[in-house]
Amino acid sequence: MVKHRLAAIATTAAWLTVTSLTGQAATLDIGTQGEPASLDPARVNGTVFENTVLGDLYEGLITLGPGGDYLPGVATRWETSPDGRRWTFQLRDDARWSDGAPVTARDFVVAFRRVLDPATASVYASLLYPLHNAEAISRGEAPVDSLGVTAPDPHTLVIELDDNTPWLPSLLAHIVTSPVPAHLIDRYGSHWNRIDHIATNGAFTPESWRSHDHIAAVRNPHFHDADSVALDGVNYYPAEDLQAGLSRFRAGELDIMRDFDPQRYQWLQEHLGDAVHLRNQLATYYYALNSRQGHPTADPRVREALNLALRRRVITGQILEGAVEPTTSLVPEGISHYRPEAMPGLDQPMAQRLARARELLDEAGYGPDHPLELRLRYNSRDDHRRIAVAAAAMWRPLGINVELINAESSVHYSSLAQGDFDVGRASWVADFDDASNFLGILQSGNPKNYGGYHNPRFDRLMQQAAEETSTERRQTLLAQAEQVAMSDYAMAPIYSDASRNLVNPQLEGWQDNAINRHLARWLRFREDADAGQP
Amino acid sequence: MLTYTAKRLAMAIPTLLIVITVSFFLMRVAPGGPFDGERQLPPEIENNLRAAYHLDEPLPMQYLRYMGNLLQGDFGPSFKYKDFSVTQLILQGFPVSLELGGLAIGLALIIGLPLGVIAALRRNSTVDYMVMGIALGGIAVPNFVIAPILALVFGVLLAWLPAGGWNGGALPNLVLPVIALAIQQIAYIARMMRASMIETLGSHFIRTARAKGLSERQVIWRHALRPSMLPVISYLGPAIAGIITGSVVIEQIFGLPGIGRYFVQGALNRDYTLVMGTVVFYGVLIVLMNLVVDLLYSALDPQIRYDD
Repeated sequence: MVKHRLAAIATTAAWLTVTSLTGQAATLDIGTQGEPASLDPARVNGTVFENTVLGDLYEGLITLGPGGDYLPGVATRWETSPDGRRWTFQLRDDARWSDGAPVTARDFVVAFRRVLDPATASVYASLLYPLHNAEAISRGEAPVDSLGVTAPDPHTLVIELDDNTPWLPSLLAHIVTSPVPAHLIDRYGSHWNRIDHIATNGAFTPESWRSHDHIAAVRNPHFHDADSVALDGVNYYPAEDLQAGLSRFRAGELDIMRDFDPQRYQWLQEHLGDAVHLRNQLATYYYALNSRQGHPTADPRVREALNLALRRRVITGQILEGAVEPTTSLVPEGISHYRPEAMPGLDQPMAQRLARARELLDEAGYGPDHPLELRLRYNSRDDHRRIAVAAAAMWRPLGINVELINAESSVHYSSLAQGDFDVGRASWVADFDDASNFLGILQSGNPKNYGGYHNPRFDRLMQQAAEETSTERRQTLLAQAEQVAMSDYAMAPIYSDASRNLVNPQLEGWQDNAINRHLARWLRFREDADAGQP
Repeated sequence: MLTYTAKRLAMAIPTLLIVITVSFFLMRVAPGGPFDGERQLPPEIENNLRAAYHLDEPLPMQYLRYMGNLLQGDFGPSFKYKDFSVTQLILQGFPVSLELGGLAIGLALIIGLPLGVIAALRRNSTVDYMVMGIALGGIAVPNFVIAPILALVFGVLLAWLPAGGWNGGALPNLVLPVIALAIQQIAYIARMMRASMIETLGSHFIRTARAKGLSERQVIWRHALRPSMLPVISYLGPAIAGIITGSVVIEQIFGLPGIGRYFVQGALNRDYTLVMGTVVFYGVLIVLMNLVVDLLYSALDPQIRYDD
């Protein structure tokens, strides 16, 4: 106990020293899980940590509050046509790029077109597919200027959609829908985002970037709300190794570390106390079950049996130290205006579930003479391995022999995409706060539908939901769709992931939220933390 | 000597060509591609990406294009770090790895050579057993164990030095990574030096020197040291090439912007251009270091001459 306290005191002392040393110029040091692929919003790779950096550098039409709530960003207000397919945004007239140039509607038009232009090859292009003609443009079948986004005047932006998209605001807070400085693209072309050219319109603007050292950003003096931004700058340090990130956090070199090893949750709580932040996130960890012909998991009875025999609480409680919550639905708790539909039969006592699972396997023709052989693929990482071993052990009493196959990520996902597995580890983190973002991964033809699940009824309900204009009826249709997929045991949900952050207690303004996004403009060091300044 | 050097350099060209060609095709044969990841892409987007990086062309075409660009010194764009070209990544990262690696090798020589000599002179004494025991420990404990312990003890608990970060190459930031890199090298060099010194001390010319009545100090400094260095020198060539191209473990644990990580991450991400860039770079370095070693040999051993 004394040791714990000493470690805690040492850590707090380190923060205090660092804070007071740098106190005059309040600079925030953040450890992220990696580096952004690019500072150009159209060319990011779609990793979670890119949000951390680009979210501070750019401001979209909609922005995020401290609690992850959607607030007007560059747009001050907007109107929607009765059918929900035409959105008109009024832009603020004091929005400026960091070089002083005004942010205009054209900057958004250019940005959205660039994302969809096949020449840009944006990984995130499909996120903008709700926009009119977007998919055709991405396929190279329509000219870029036919995209459903126009700028009738510098402060008005009109977005035309193919379907009713009530979650458009959350999409417009995504980094890929950030504006780009059209005046710099005119001048420098694709080199506009070089560190000596770039201008951004967020609270901070990048000053230097040495790959794998850090990105240094300073307060953007032209930001419309610059007066209320307390920090003078933010440094983003890639800390791919979680243990190393933790050491640097404990040494006071980082004020925020954007992840920690869930298997160390108890230890961290004992040693770092209120610096440890854990909150349910919009993310689901699951096993894809291959429904394609020729795989034993094509039989819904097998899929049901596998789901019945998984002891999710053992996985979350014992392997992951209670850092996450077990789940029996695809859509996680916490998605706005939605109640997830649980898989039927999983609330029964375990003995009953196992008995039922045996019956189902028996019906499907598996037994002692003809044991069920499954290939479970996971990508090499300690926690994935431990969960896979546990799952195999849970299925073993049913007479199921599981072959565990692990591979590095790119091989793993390429095998999943080719359907070369029976059970495959996967997870999904929300791009935007809407149930359709999760349910979409079970739709026929979706490349993320690894298991090749196909049920015309599910697809029809999803299509109806996309066309539905009433938000309430839309949610009902989505819930029905999830019910269909869960009754088919289309996959095996395991747990809802949690966001894990280490935050210097001297920082004010941090609010844990379900989308795990935290703009630095809302953060400040506590006044008394600076009291010891020289 | 000049002719020899020129000949060796000319011979390096076909070697490098083979290395580049084999790596190029091996990389393409490896399962998984640069765009396979947690976020599976719709086919049209993957097509756009393939077109942007010319991966839609037939493989021989891609090979010719790559070789053509390479001749002009263009390693191409990185697939993963899109704001940097492979050349930029190597140019930014190499000085860091060079500095760390150079300091580590320097430290290893300063400590390892005398330790080896002392152990050899006091063969089978307590000192010898202690030195060799510690050296064995240094080899046995991998640096992914040593580095986090150093960071934890000196960075977090004692707070004497930074736990990580480059900080523009400031001295305090260099200490822990250089020590972590040097420990294994010290151990190797000390062991090698000891073995080679023992062998030299048993040879005829040492007996002659002693018979001439030279003092023990003169015997060691004048006669034994130089020939004993030969195995260490031949080890140092590839070892220096290895250490100055960085260590993924040390770089990740101390958060350093060297190029070691590109070897591993490039391969894991199937970042074809980055892998090729590092292979070419490393290949050239190995060829050069081996040449330097061979030239040093002739300086140390009068029996070795490269004159025609």
